[in-house]
Amino acid sequence: MAIDSSSPDPRDLLPTDRPIQLLDVDGTLTEDPRWPIDLGDDQLVELYRLMVMARQIDAQAITLQRQGQLGVYASLRGQEAAQIGSAFALAPQDWVFPSYREMGVALVRGVDPADLLHVFRGTWLGAHDPAKHRFALITISIATQALHAAGFAMGAKLDGSDACAVAYMGDGATSEGDAHEAFNFASVFDAPCVFFVQNNQYAISVPVTRQTKAPTIAHKAIGYGMPGYRCDGNDVLGTYAVMRKALRHARDGNGPVLVEAVTYRMEAHTTADDPTRYRDDAELERWRARDPLSRFERFLRGRGVVDDDVAQTVDQVAKAEAQSVRAAIYDAPHGDPLELFSYVYAEPTQQLRDQRALLQDELSGQDA
Amino acid sequence: MVAITMAGALNRALHDAMDEDDRVVIFGEDVAELGGVFRVTDKLVERFGTDRCFDTPLAEAGIVGTAIGMAMYGYRPVVEIQFDGFSYPAFEQITSHLAKMPNRSRGTVRLPVVVRIPFGGGIGAVEHHSESPEALYAHTAGLKIVTPSTPSDAYALLRASITSPDPVLFFEPKRRYWAKEDVELPVETEAIGQAVVRRAGTTATLISYGPTVATCLEAAAAAAEEGWDLQVIDVRSLVPLDIDTLVAAVGATGRAIVVHEASVFGGIGAEIAAELLERAFYLLEAPVLRVGGFDIPYPASRLEHYHLPDVDRILDAVERSLAY
Ligand SMILES: Cc1ncc(C[n+]2csc(CCOP(=O)(O)OP(=O)(O)O)c2C)c(N)n1
Repeated sequence: MAIDSSSPDPRDLLPTDRPIQLLDVDGTLTEDPRWPIDLGDDQLVELYRLMVMARQIDAQAITLQRQGQLGVYASLRGQEAAQIGSAFALAPQDWVFPSYREMGVALVRGVDPADLLHVFRGTWLGAHDPAKHRFALITISIATQALHAAGFAMGAKLDGSDACAVAYMGDGATSEGDAHEAFNFASVFDAPCVFFVQNNQYAISVPVTRQTKAPTIAHKAIGYGMPGYRCDGNDVLGTYAVMRKALRHARDGNGPVLVEAVTYRMEAHTTADDPTRYRDDAELERWRARDPLSRFERFLRGRGVVDDDVAQTVDQVAKAEAQSVRAAIYDAPHGDPLELFSYVYAEPTQQLRDQRALLQDELSGQDA
Repeated sequence: MVAITMAGALNRALHDAMDEDDRVVIFGEDVAELGGVFRVTDKLVERFGTDRCFDTPLAEAGIVGTAIGMAMYGYRPVVEIQFDGFSYPAFEQITSHLAKMPNRSRGTVRLPVVVRIPFGGGIGAVEHHSESPEALYAHTAGLKIVTPSTPSDAYALLRASITSPDPVLFFEPKRRYWAKEDVELPVETEAIGQAVVRRAGTTATLISYGPTVATCLEAAAAAAEEGWDLQVIDVRSLVPLDIDTLVAAVGATGRAIVVHEASVFGGIGAEIAAELLERAFYLLEAPVLRVGGFDIPYPASRLEHYHLPDVDRILDAVERSLAY
């Protein structure tokens, strides 16, 4: 593949000293010409709607898990701005390669949230059609999807398409070998790829300080010859602006970008986790004060695009949506056991046909 | 008719596949200008350019992981892992994604990726260059595992692997790369999943694949002098396994010896023996025997001939089988 073999000036790759923030914790907007946003009021309300929706469905998912309807669930609470702000910057042709915590991104891409929850319910290993929403199936094996994104972006470049691939990953994921190889491949081949790292401070119980000695995760980018951007991941507008610029950079043929969104996981790692064993309430409270949704709402109210009426409507719509997700999941039947053999290969092998017949016999024995 | 080597036949298969389908791309370590350390990708970059055949950074998970992404985009990557022992860095991408993503996605994602892996010993190499890891991968549902033993099969099976909608691990018996066959290419491609009788015989059946098929044929030739008429079967496709052909063959002789280089414990030979016992029990005159490498890490090169199954070890097993 044709590559640009010149080395970049390291000074052009360094992240800013402080995370890029456009909305401060009080919801005051300070625009920055280096990180422009181009959103009209309708789009601002749409961002807000998506964030509220994500929060409501997330809460519903936790409830469903507590009621035994999901095996496990990984909450995105606290990361709504990072996910929705970044995904809002995507072009329709772009592809997302998510981890397992990306309900917010999925909503922006139009994926039915119930389809994601079916995976956590154990209905089937995957539910939605990736090509339809350009949203790959969730990836549980940490950081492995970063390579799929890099490879997809290499394909887009070969094909001369203007699609970008975006890998969503956590701070812990940046320690994996696959993350390193993905950063390296994407950069060597100038692939149109963005690695969007949500630094939510923890990988289960292990704090980010145990993942890297780099000054920040964004600084790692320099070692691969790509720019590292660092943003306040609880600021939906800052995250949007940074992602927009990262995608522009990648789409224009300049190679990948590593974006670190500094955020916080407000819930347990998953419903199976007990965070009281490794973090204290004071820390949680400090982050609660930086809540991405209330910050954005303050801004929108100040700007006059959201008032009590709008907020109430948005809330009601989100609650209704969460209820319909609940209805789709509650006591939903699992997949057809005889389908277990259908997709292992394009055509089932003789061995699989025999085993399918065996299971079919077992099933009819149960009926008898 | 011209004499062609297996490496040459593989090269021709890649060439013809790239000619036929623009989506076929080749990448890996040293596959472009150098043509691969075994020259299997020789001159492909000259013919097809650097978009279709290119060198990657030195990282096997990266090679397989990006091949998956490119396949999701719509390409048909044929990637090279330089040596068997270096497929392990890619183990996770192969077993967790290449093998599983089509099933996970209910068939909405297909991964027509071929991972070419030169495998096996007998070339006097340093450690990690002589392994036979096929059973590790054969144990993972979702992969097809193919291994040729002749130049014409190398051509036919590689072409079939590249057009397969399923991911294929293509194991190339590296010590047979330079073995020649008089054959006119292209030959007809055959569907993956068919074993073939390489030598007819009535005394006992040798079942093998890849590098040890030739060893079995040598053993059969030597046995003929003793008055034994050995049948030799080339399995060719480990997954799916053509058990019907094996059962039919063994049914005719009543005796089967499975031969491979890999350690016998938990190997393909164990699987074939178990299948034959389940399906051909009353046709057997003797237990199915296994001849393979010992259950040891692959030895240093000056000791490898003690480890590798050779004609004598195979004939000893035939004798044991006949003693029943
Ligand atoms: C390769 C691999 N190792 C271990 C795990 C178990 N595991 C699941 S999530 C997780 C932590 C991931 O942390 P991070 O990448 O920061 O993402 P986050 O969960 O915080 O979003 C671990 C260790 C795994 N899923 N995959």
